[in-house]
Amino acid sequence: MKMGEFHMNKHGGTNDASTVESEITNHLLVQHWRKDFPILHTSLYGKPLVYFDNAATTQKPSIVIEAENHYYRHTNANVHRGIHTLSQQATEVFESARGKLRQLINARHDHEIIFVRGTTEAINLVAQSYGRSRFKAGDEIIISAMEHHSNIVPWQMLCQQTGAILRVVPVSDAGELDINVYQSLLNKKTKLVAISHVSNTLGSINPVKTIINYAHAKHVPVLLDGAQAIAHLPVDVQDLDCDFYAFSGHKLYGPTGIGVLYGKADLLDEMPPYQGGGDMISSVSFEATTYNKLPYKFEAGTPNIAGAVGLGTAVDYLSAIGLDAIVKHEDSLLNYASELMTNIPELRIIGNARHKTGIISYVMAGVHPHDIGTFLDRQAIAVRTGHHCTMPLMERFGVPATVRISFALYNTKNEIDKLVSAIYQARELFK
Amino acid sequence: MNDLRDLYQDMIFDHYRQPRNYGQLENANHKAEGYNPLCGDKVSLTLTLKDGVIHDLKFEGSGCAISTASASLMTEALKGKTAEEALSMLEDFKALVTGASVAKDMGKLTVLAGVQAFPQRVKCATLAWHTLQAALKSSTEPVTTE
Ligand SMILES: Cc1ncc(COP(=O)(O)O)c(C=O)c1O
Repeated sequence: MKMGEFHMNKHGGTNDASTVESEITNHLLVQHWRKDFPILHTSLYGKPLVYFDNAATTQKPSIVIEAENHYYRHTNANVHRGIHTLSQQATEVFESARGKLRQLINARHDHEIIFVRGTTEAINLVAQSYGRSRFKAGDEIIISAMEHHSNIVPWQMLCQQTGAILRVVPVSDAGELDINVYQSLLNKKTKLVAISHVSNTLGSINPVKTIINYAHAKHVPVLLDGAQAIAHLPVDVQDLDCDFYAFSGHKLYGPTGIGVLYGKADLLDEMPPYQGGGDMISSVSFEATTYNKLPYKFEAGTPNIAGAVGLGTAVDYLSAIGLDAIVKHEDSLLNYASELMTNIPELRIIGNARHKTGIISYVMAGVHPHDIGTFLDRQAIAVRTGHHCTMPLMERFGVPATVRISFALYNTKNEIDKLVSAIYQARELFK
Repeated sequence: MNDLRDLYQDMIFDHYRQPRNYGQLENANHKAEGYNPLCGDKVSLTLTLKDGVIHDLKFEGSGCAISTASASLMTEALKGKTAEEALSMLEDFKALVTGASVAKDMGKLTVLAGVQAFPQRVKCATLAWHTLQAALKSSTEPVTTE
């Protein structure tokens, strides 16, 4: 995670018995984890799949796939609505998933976990419910130059509705936020800070605790976009003291269409509902409607019950392996790949922050990212090419697009070797 | 690997590295910009159209090998053609890269037939052609392939 560690490995690497032993243990561990993911055992173009597009979405372990399946086969009913046994059971598994998510991020209360479709919906919810009811013309919202479009556009829409103004924290050449500028942007008009915990394009882990401390000193709440952090770092919302935390289940080995907005209970309590409908009310008459309590106030309509069950199971899976083991493994992949890729003269890595997760974006002189993407695809290596929904960031680095590889717990050094050898081949082809 | 070789033929590399008719026409009377948001490819096309005939055209932009080579080959193929002929070539070209059967001999443009095996790259190959269509109508709005 720290570049310092990387250099130590690079220059002072000793092959003593304990290193070799830990390499072997790690190898066995990863081989064991890989068994859990059926898709990793498929082939494309006659070659075993190498999946390096984990920042877009991760693959799913069998137990997650089975949990959804089992739910539909044995428990399916609507939640919070029926007196019958199945409905009670469905409600129980749904609410127990909520509890697991609370534990994962160490929230104080279950009712601080709002089920949404994903990060995008979570951010839109905060913009429209929290922002729209209280921001006025001239108020300011601070975001950063490395945000995903889903942490830009909802705020632009809010600005159009309210007359509020966006302020943008710049990013350094290394891919780090300029904290001095951030501090100077915080002022009496600042109403909210919305920043990514980890950048999906650069992999930079932002100093979110510092960001939150500075904001709180001015009584400004902070939303963290945790889409790229949640499966790759331990997240403790109480320790961070963030006001909102948004993430998607599908980037955390869970199903698509389910995600979480965490919010501090007192903030959520004061906020008006985001959508109206069933489940979010406690009583409706044509004269007046009383809203339900948290979290149901924000969960209008029949939720993605099977998705929540699948996501709860993904959390079980992640917790059984342990985030510390995952961080250690993904760090070693990052260091290994960074070192090999730095040796390719035409290759330029975009994003060299001191603290990074397993994401490497790069461009190559003479070969367009899209051509590299096609070339790698024919070797069954799945990478992302393009702007990664961060067009302002591409502009900042003066590139139209990058190739991005992003690691998950099941990736191996052997897969990185395949990637690097394919990059060399592409370089030959495009010479 | 074979379909990769079919896609990246020598002529494609040649036009990628040394694009023909690259730049902006000073005295153009039609122009358009094209953009493929998926890969960030951009092309800007300028042309002189007199009495329904394309006298000259140039392109500029940044893109992948396929979109750059396709734009370069297009500018070569279109000089001296009427606008009507150009639009009919556009249809033939789309058929060529999507794998529909093409009756006509498309000359050098045939080198892009390898795109057939790469549906994700059809937009790269057709970007310049879509931009051409916009330029002939001289719409000033940027076209996008999305
Ligand atoms: C940093 C970041 N924020 C937000 C999102 C949006 O997530 P989703 O599409 O699951 O709502 C993503 C994923 O694409 C992301 O990487």
